Amino acid sequence: MVSPFRIDKSPIEARLSSLLSWRHGVCLVLGCLASMAVAWGQSRVNPAVPSALATLVIWLPFILKGFALNLVISFLAMALATLLGIGLGLIQISLHAVVRAPARFITHLFRNSPWLVILFVVMLIIPVEIRVPTGGKIPIPDWIKATLAFTLPVMGNISEIVRGAVLSIPTGQWESAEGLAFTRSQTLRWIILPQCVRRIIPPWMNWYALLTLSTPIASIFSIHEAVANAQGAMEAAGARPEFLFPFYLFLLCLFFAYIYPIAVWTRNLERKYPVGS
Amino acid sequence: MDPESNSVGCPWSAEQPIVSLRDVHKSFGTFDVLKGISFDVRKGEVICIIGPSGSGKSTLIRCINALTPIQRGSITVEGQEVNDPKLDKLSLRRKVGIVFQQYNLFPHKTTLENVMMAPLKVLREPKEEVERRARALIAKVRLTGKEDVYPGQLSGGQQQRVAIARSLAMRPNVMLFDEVTAALDPETIKEVLATIKELATEGMTCILVTHEMGFAREVADHVYFTDGGVIVEHGSASQFFTNASDPRTRQFLSQIL
Repeated sequence: MVSPFRIDKSPIEARLSSLLSWRHGVCLVLGCLASMAVAWGQSRVNPAVPSALATLVIWLPFILKGFALNLVISFLAMALATLLGIGLGLIQISLHAVVRAPARFITHLFRNSPWLVILFVVMLIIPVEIRVPTGGKIPIPDWIKATLAFTLPVMGNISEIVRGAVLSIPTGQWESAEGLAFTRSQTLRWIILPQCVRRIIPPWMNWYALLTLSTPIASIFSIHEAVANAQGAMEAAGARPEFLFPFYLFLLCLFFAYIYPIAVWTRNLERKYPVGS
Repeated sequence: MDPESNSVGCPWSAEQPIVSLRDVHKSFGTFDVLKGISFDVRKGEVICIIGPSGSGKSTLIRCINALTPIQRGSITVEGQEVNDPKLDKLSLRRKVGIVFQQYNLFPHKTTLENVMMAPLKVLREPKEEVERRARALIAKVRLTGKEDVYPGQLSGGQQQRVAIARSLAMRPNVMLFDEVTAALDPETIKEVLATIKELATEGMTCILVTHEMGFAREVADHVYFTDGGVIVEHGSASQFFTNASDPRTRQFLSQIL
């Protein structure tokens, strides 16, 4: 079937999207490494103290351990946001206005609030520990709270993506299902939602990338993720100003190397399944 | 026919009209689309509804299986009242199948899956039996070999025949056809009309909205001409096309034939 909703890209846009490829990613990473080498070359003023780059190598495992926490937070927050977001999105298209209104409110509240503000509120609202009726106490680590905080805005956005995807399915699909005696929920489950999956995946991956890139905000609450650990490492090694450039450049490369392939993959999926296909 | 598909407490025998409309009124906002439509369809009859565009033909046909609710009047299908807030839609729609102008096949499912879906998911019938029936229906609409093909790879006429098979898979007693050939190429219209004609000769009760006058003349038992939300004229096919009495009908026919 010819897709009536396909938006043709302008030549400039098409050229820009073809610019985004693996080769350029590799070039950028190499560029980063080259500038680090320059930094290393310039920092050998005193052979008695280890160079900035040598310090970085010493602290590398510590920073990578922090990065593992970034990944764990991003996975958990994304999983939770997906579950809650799909639920919220489906409530948003409920036939009952009374049910629809709160879902719409929650969606827009979290979509349109700064992530940092949400993070502060969640960190302050959730207690340090929960008392269990049997007498014990379960502590809630800060990184769990931060995960919950990152979940909320992504949940709001996924909710809106789901709502939009459902509404983008032609009404003829609903009608023919209704004519075949499908109920509304059967139609959603067997006919509408399976067709939405394709449309949801590219924006969903986009939000995963944004979420992962935002996890360093958690360093404000000294959660031991990559950025906080890198700052800790610089502190411990004597807080020399020449650390700043190689350390932050390394963090940039680290996140870039993880996210860039996802961005390329998303772009390919968007090209493969344009809206309306 | 199994007894549960007829609603309880509605005595209906095959001698009575299978579909009966009485004084049906429907408006969208302030616009009155149907202004008191009444007619009866007997089991096995083929009814064609013709008329200028905007005369409410499609609305009329969609009211019969409750896709469009009506404001006033009565529609019964095998004795079951359609204009009823407590309508058992499942029971009604098992009895009445509908095929649309735009086919509306499920694009993420193959031909076979499209045909099997409603009996499997809605009626929860056993898979082997549904698949056997679906394959037979696909053969009936002459699409053997296309079972595992997705709708996007089929021509309009082929898609429309899959849509007919999909509707027949629910084993309806009445079939509604809403301008099913209006979106098709002239060459593929024939294939679809042949399929409908075959159904009609097998005794399926068919209600069609159509612009195919030749087909209406050939297949229809009764022809109804609607204009401005009312039935202007009706008669047997031969009588209607040769001796139309109402000036509006004559004008319409002179434009089309």
